[in-house]
Amino acid sequence: MSTTQLPETSRRRVVTDKIMRGSLVAAFVVALIPLVLVIYYLIYKGLGTWSKNFFTTDPNGSFFGYPGGIRSALLGSIEMVLLASLISIPLGIGSALYLVEYGKQSWFANFVRYLTDVQTGVPSIVFGLFVYIVLVVAKVGGDGFAAWKGSIALALLMLPIVARSAEVVLLLVPGDLREAALALGAPRWRVVKSVVLPTARSGLVTGSLLAVARGMGETAPLLFTTAGALALTFSLSAQMNAMPLQIYTDILSPRAEIVDRAWGTALVLVTLILILNLIARAASRRSKA
Amino acid sequence: MAASATTVAGDRSTLESSAAGRLPDKFLKWGLFAIAGLTLVLLVYFFVVLFGQSTDAFSTFGLKFIFVNNWDVPKNIYEALALVVGTLITSVIALVMGVPIAVATALFITELCPQRLRTPFGGLVDLLAAVPSVVYGLWGVFVLIPHLLPAEKWFASTFSFIPWIGGGTPTGPNIFIAGLILAIMILPIVSAISREVLATVPPSNKEAALALGATRWEMIRMAVLPYARPGITGAAMLGLGRALGETIAVVLVVGNAPNIPNHLFAQGYTLAAVIANEFGEAANTPIHSSALFACGLVLFVVTLIVNYFARRVVAKATGKPRRRLARRSDNAEPATPAVESA
Amino acid sequence: MTTPEGPNTQTPPATTSVQQVEQRLAVPSAATSPAASPQGGHAVNVKELNAYYGSQHSIKNVTIEFPANQVTALIGPSGSGKSTVVRCINRMHEEIPGARAEGCVMLDELDIYAPNVDVTAVRRLIGMVFQKPNPFPTMSIFDNVAAGLRLTGTKSDDLKELVHRSLQSVGLWDEVKDRLNEPGIGLSGGQQQRLCIARTVAIEPEVILMDEPASALDPISTLKIEELVDELKERYTIVIVTHNMQQAARVASSTVFMLDGEVVEHDETNKIFTNPSDERTERYVTGKFG
Repeated sequence: MSTTQLPETSRRRVVTDKIMRGSLVAAFVVALIPLVLVIYYLIYKGLGTWSKNFFTTDPNGSFFGYPGGIRSALLGSIEMVLLASLISIPLGIGSALYLVEYGKQSWFANFVRYLTDVQTGVPSIVFGLFVYIVLVVAKVGGDGFAAWKGSIALALLMLPIVARSAEVVLLLVPGDLREAALALGAPRWRVVKSVVLPTARSGLVTGSLLAVARGMGETAPLLFTTAGALALTFSLSAQMNAMPLQIYTDILSPRAEIVDRAWGTALVLVTLILILNLIARAASRRSKA
Repeated sequence: MAASATTVAGDRSTLESSAAGRLPDKFLKWGLFAIAGLTLVLLVYFFVVLFGQSTDAFSTFGLKFIFVNNWDVPKNIYEALALVVGTLITSVIALVMGVPIAVATALFITELCPQRLRTPFGGLVDLLAAVPSVVYGLWGVFVLIPHLLPAEKWFASTFSFIPWIGGGTPTGPNIFIAGLILAIMILPIVSAISREVLATVPPSNKEAALALGATRWEMIRMAVLPYARPGITGAAMLGLGRALGETIAVVLVVGNAPNIPNHLFAQGYTLAAVIANEFGEAANTPIHSSALFACGLVLFVVTLIVNYFARRVVAKATGKPRRRLARRSDNAEPATPAVESA
Repeated sequence: MTTPEGPNTQTPPATTSVQQVEQRLAVPSAATSPAASPQGGHAVNVKELNAYYGSQHSIKNVTIEFPANQVTALIGPSGSGKSTVVRCINRMHEEIPGARAEGCVMLDELDIYAPNVDVTAVRRLIGMVFQKPNPFPTMSIFDNVAAGLRLTGTKSDDLKELVHRSLQSVGLWDEVKDRLNEPGIGLSGGQQQRLCIARTVAIEPEVILMDEPASALDPISTLKIEELVDELKERYTIVIVTHNMQQAARVASSTVFMLDGEVVEHDETNKIFTNPSDERTERYVTGKFG
C-alpha cells in the first residue's frame, strides 16, 4: 500500500474563490442599499409632515401660508384605484379562466397569452396617451378630464398583471379535481364556481393585491386623463386628485413646505403599498400551507 | 341512472340536458372568450390610435423625425434624434450598472445563501419593485443629485483623459443619474427572472463539477453560468424593455434638455420624458402633440419588440413547457405571484 | 465477517447469458492481482462512519475496508444507505444542506475527515461517476474531458495529449476522435457515461466511486461499462454501488451488503451470493425482498 499526499489546491484558486464569493455577497448588499436609503429618507423627511391637518385638509395651491394637506389626494387615489380594480380584477380573472378552462392550447388562447405577456411591458405613459385620445379628446361622457377615465387607464395597466398571475394560480388547481367534479355530473360553470375558484382563491387574492399596489403608485397614466384637481371631490366624472400626481407636482415647487409635503405624501403612498404587499405575501403563504 | 319502477326501458331522456340548463355554460364560455379577446382588440386599437395621432408629425418631418437632432419647440420643429439617443444611452447605462448586480444577487440567493434565507432575501430584493416611480424620482431629485454631485465632479476631472466619460462639467440632473435610477428600478425584475433561470440548472452538473475538485466559485463558473446564460440574457432584455419605457423617475432627473449628451454627466432627454414634460403645453399646438404621439408610438413599438424577444428567450431558457394543468401527482410548485409585473 | 482474500479466481455464478463475460473474468484475473500492479495501489478504509440528514441518522457506525486496486460492490435495498456511504468517501455528502458526517475515512494513512483537510483536494484524489450520465451540456467532448484538468491550470499543449489518453483508456477515442468539438450531450447514453468516466480519470485520481453507473443504460452499454471497470481496477481502487446483483457478481471481487444504514455482511462476492453467513443477506440475494 502506498501513501497518499493531498495535492495542494493552488493559492490562486482559493483566493479567487473567496473573492468571488465575497463579491456576490457584496452585490446583494449593494442592491439593498437603495431600498434602505429610500425608506430612510422617506421616514426622515416625511414623518415630520404627518399631522392631523395633513390628513384632513386639501392642498390649497396658494403661494403663501399653510399649503394644505393631502386629503383629496389620498381619497382620490383610493377611489380611482378602487374603480380600476373593480374593472381590471374581474376582467383579468375572467380572461385567465377562459384560457385555462376553455382555450387551453388553441392558437387563439396562446395568442392571447402572448399578448397579455407583452401588454405587461407597455410603458404606462402609453396607456395614458391612449385613454387621452379615446376618451378625453373625444369628450366621451362629458368634457375632458375625469376621474373615471384615469381609472380606465389604470385598469389597462393592471389588467395584464391580474390576468397573468391568475392564470398561473388557476393552472395549479389540479386537473383531477376538476375531472372529479365533472364526473359527478356538475356542469362546467358549477365546477368553476364551486371548485376551481375557491381552491385558487388565495392565489387570486395575492395577484390582485399586487396589481392594486402597482396601480396605486402609477403617475403617468393619470397625467392626461385625470389631470389632478386639488379640491376634494367624490365625483368620478370630475377631475380628481391622486397621491402620485400630488407628489409629482409638489416636487417642482419652489416652496420648501410643499416639497416637504411631497415627502410626507410619498411616505403615505409607500406605506400603503408595503401593507398591500405584505398582505399579498401572507395570503400566498397561507395558500401553500 | 334512475332505477325507478316507472322508467320505460331504454328511456335516456334523463341524460339530455335541457337547452336552458346548458345556457349558463355557453354564456360563461363566450363571455370569457370575449374578455380574453379584449386584450387583442385593445392592443390593436392602441396601435391604431397612436398611429393616427402621429401621422401629422411623420408626414411633416418624415424620417428626419428619428434621425435628425433638432427638437425646437418655439419654432415647432420636432426632429427627435436627441430623444432617441438619450433613451438609448440611459437604458445602456441602466443595463451596464444594473444587470451585473442583479445577476450577482440572484447567484448569491440561489447558490450561496442558506436554504431558509432564500425566500426572505428574494423578497427583499423584490421590494425594490414596490417603490413607485415617482418616489424614486423624488428621492433622486433631493437625495441622489445633490449627494452625488461632488463625486461626479471628482470623477469627471480624474478621468478627464477618457473621452465622453470624463472631462465634462457635471450639472445637477444628468443622464448618469437617470441611468442609475433606472438601474435600481430594473434590478428587481432582472434578479427575479435570473433566479428562476438559475433554478433550472441541473443539480447533477453542479455535483459533477464539485466531484472534480472544483471550488464553489469554479463550480458556478463551470456548471451554472454557461447553462444559465441564455436565460439571463432574456432577463436583461426584459430589464431593457422596462428601462426604455420608464417615464416619471426619468423626467425628474434627466435634465430634459433636447441635446445629444456630450459627456456622461450632461443633461439629456428621453422619448418617455418628453411626453410627460411637454404634454401640457402641447395641448394647443397640434403639430407638437402629434410629435409627442409619434414619440409614444416609437416607444410602444420598440418596447413591444424588445419584450417579445425577451419573453421568447426566457421561455426557451427556463424550458417552460406550454402552460398546462397541474395534476395532484405533480409536486406542485408554489405559485410565485407575478413579481415581474413590468 | 470475513475479509476478502484476493481477486476472484473462480468463474462467478453463470447468471448472465453472455459467455464472453465469463471468459474474460476467468482468464486475466491472475494477471491483475495487486502484487503485480506497477505502482502501489491506494486503499480506502471507512471506520465507524455515521452520517445524518438533519436529524435523520442514516449511516450507523459503518466500517468497511476497500482494498487497493480491487472492485468492491455495495448492494442493498433502496434506502439502505449505500449511496450515502459512497458520498461520504469523497465528502460530497456534506454538500447537501443540513447533512453531516462523523467518523473516519482513511485514504491510505490519511484521514480525509481530519480537521484542516482541504475538501477540493480530497475530491481530486477520489473521483465519482454518477448514476445518470451528466456531461456538461454547454461543453464539447474535448472540453468535458479537459474540465478537471483546466481547473489546475494544465497547459493547453499538455491538454490534447491527456484528453487523448483519457478517451483511449475508456475506449471512446476511436468513436469520437473526429468530433471532439461537438457537444458532449450529443453522444448516446452509454457513450456519455464513458465520457464522464474519461472526465474523471483525466485528473488521475486514486480511487473511483461509482454510484449505479450503468442503471440508466441499455444492456449493451452496461456491459461495456462493466468491461471498463474491470480494466480500470488495474490503476484505481473502485467502489461500485449497484442494485443489480448480477452486476456485482460480474465485476466485484468483494461485496458489502447493507441494510438500514448498517453493514450486514462483507465478504468475497462469490460467498455472498452462494453461501451468505447472514440470514438477511440470504433473503436479499434470493430476491425475497428489496
